[in-house]
Amino acid sequence: MRMTLAAALLAVLAAEAAAQTGAPAPALRYAVLGDTIAASLTGQPGDAARGAALMGERSRSLCALCHAGPFAAPHFAGDIGPSLDGVGARLSAAQIRLRVVDMRALNPNSPMPSFHQVPDAPRVAAAWRDRPVLTAAEVEDIVAYLSSLGG
Amino acid sequence: MRPRPRLRWTEVVRARAVVLALALAAPAAAEPVPITPAERRSGITFAGPQTQGLQADDTANPGMLFVLDGAQLWQAPAGSAQRACADCHGAAEHSMRGVAARYPAFDAASGAALDLSGRINACRTRHQDAPQLASEEPGLLALAAFVGFQSRGLPLAPPQDPPMAAVRKEGRRLYETRMGQLRLSCAECHDALWANRLGSSPITQGQAGAYPIYRLEWQGLGSLQRRMRACMSGVRAEPFAPGAPEFIALEAYLAERGAGLPVETPGVRP
Ligand code: HEC
Ligand code: HEC
Ligand code: HEC
Repeated sequence: MRMTLAAALLAVLAAEAAAQTGAPAPALRYAVLGDTIAASLTGQPGDAARGAALMGERSRSLCALCHAGPFAAPHFAGDIGPSLDGVGARLSAAQIRLRVVDMRALNPNSPMPSFHQVPDAPRVAAAWRDRPVLTAAEVEDIVAYLSSLGG
Repeated sequence: MRPRPRLRWTEVVRARAVVLALALAAPAAAEPVPITPAERRSGITFAGPQTQGLQADDTANPGMLFVLDGAQLWQAPAGSAQRACADCHGAAEHSMRGVAARYPAFDAASGAALDLSGRINACRTRHQDAPQLASEEPGLLALAAFVGFQSRGLPLAPPQDPPMAAVRKEGRRLYETRMGQLRLSCAECHDALWANRLGSSPITQGQAGAYPIYRLEWQGLGSLQRRMRACMSGVRAEPFAPGAPEFIALEAYLAERGAGLPVETPGVRP
């Protein structure tokens, strides 16, 4: 068991998307360490301003459907998840990154979608098949923005 | 079934990461559990006072126009048989009272469950020699609203025969299946999160007794299947085809989990 946990600690998670569709296969690679992903998914820092704009786009990022915060008018924000006001003071960038990439790795029953995973549930609509909700660059922009909240 | 992306190795690693997370972190939230009978609430109780007022007042409820259309179609000879619904069923106030409250129901002739619209279409083909009406066609919605209206106020009372029990079981399985790019099930929203808001919309219990409904966003009447298609698209899942057995099974399970709530047809929703 200890070996298993140690392996998981350092595991590089790599997903290859289906090659059958001929669509560009998003290769999702990152290392999970405890409850964090320490390294930027792109190798570059994200852009906080772009992250703020994306989080305001409710139908693309979906965040405001569940979270309140400075990115959404209060009456447009849902209340399924905690408010993200000041989240940068509670969580490190590395913790935020794993939560956005794959909350369900921490809580398999979380309603929060795994934003940077190749979808593996039944009946994924054709337009979304084999692609994650957010690209690596989009995740990094959001991580940069959320880290700037409440510091 | 569609070939799945090659994810096996990742899944193994991810499963281990989950074990690790469970070992380190607070206990994970539980799976959604079905709503108890005492907790059951119609969607209208989550709506604002204006929408509630529209549904409650027959002179203001826009769905009543469709009920009136349905009343005319009930009397109108149709198909090469040139027979009207009324020719066989007489006054709907009597013959159709309570019918909608127990649909979907098992149809021995086809050996399958039918919802109310499917039942109406069966009468068109079997008894009127008329073509089926497509889902969401105004005539079909109007007849379903008219027949549904005859049960208004009666409690939903799904039939307990064994074939329907099997259909409901399949419906419950679908209801609890995570689907689409967002990997959410009906149960996660409507059993676990019904006290919450998704954006500005209150999530309700997903109760089905008011259908067909007039939805202000649609500017028209729509079926329960149209509503479910919208929920499936919302989680970025491919909706089932109109009239598909999966939808009938979901409708049958919705009827069971709403049993006892009153029929409200035609409902009004924001
Ligand atoms: C369908 C609902 C839903 C959506 C959409 C959603 N979240 Fe969440 N989020 C949650 C819930 C619920 C939690 C609480 C943790 C859990 O479920 O275990 C959470 C937790 C979080 C946390 C941890 C907060 C803390 O204080 O611990 C972060 C960060 C976060 N979400 C960011 C995001 C971002 C960024 C997006 C959009 C890209 C997003 N969420 C979209 C439901 C959602
Ligand atoms: C991501 C959340 C979510 C998921 C998943 C979801 N729904 Fe919904 N559903 C909603 C919202 C939001 C509404 C509109 C407000 C309301 O009535 O709850 C709605 C409405 C409904 C209604 C209408 C309730 C009424 O009173 O008019 C029914 C029935 C329903 N959903 C059934 C389903 C079924 C069946 C599934 C699965 C195939 C499903 N939903 C999946 C969020 C969801
Ligand atoms: C020629 C006779 C005839 C005509 C016309 C007819 N029906 Fe029927 N209907 C039946 C019979 C007989 C049944 C019982 C089931 C069966 O044998 O199909 C039935 C059953 C039904 C039921 C189910 C009742 C229950 O208790 O489960 C509904 C609802 C219904 N019809 C509606 C309609 C509507 C709406 C129309 C017009 C579009 C219509 N029918 C036209 C003969 C007819």
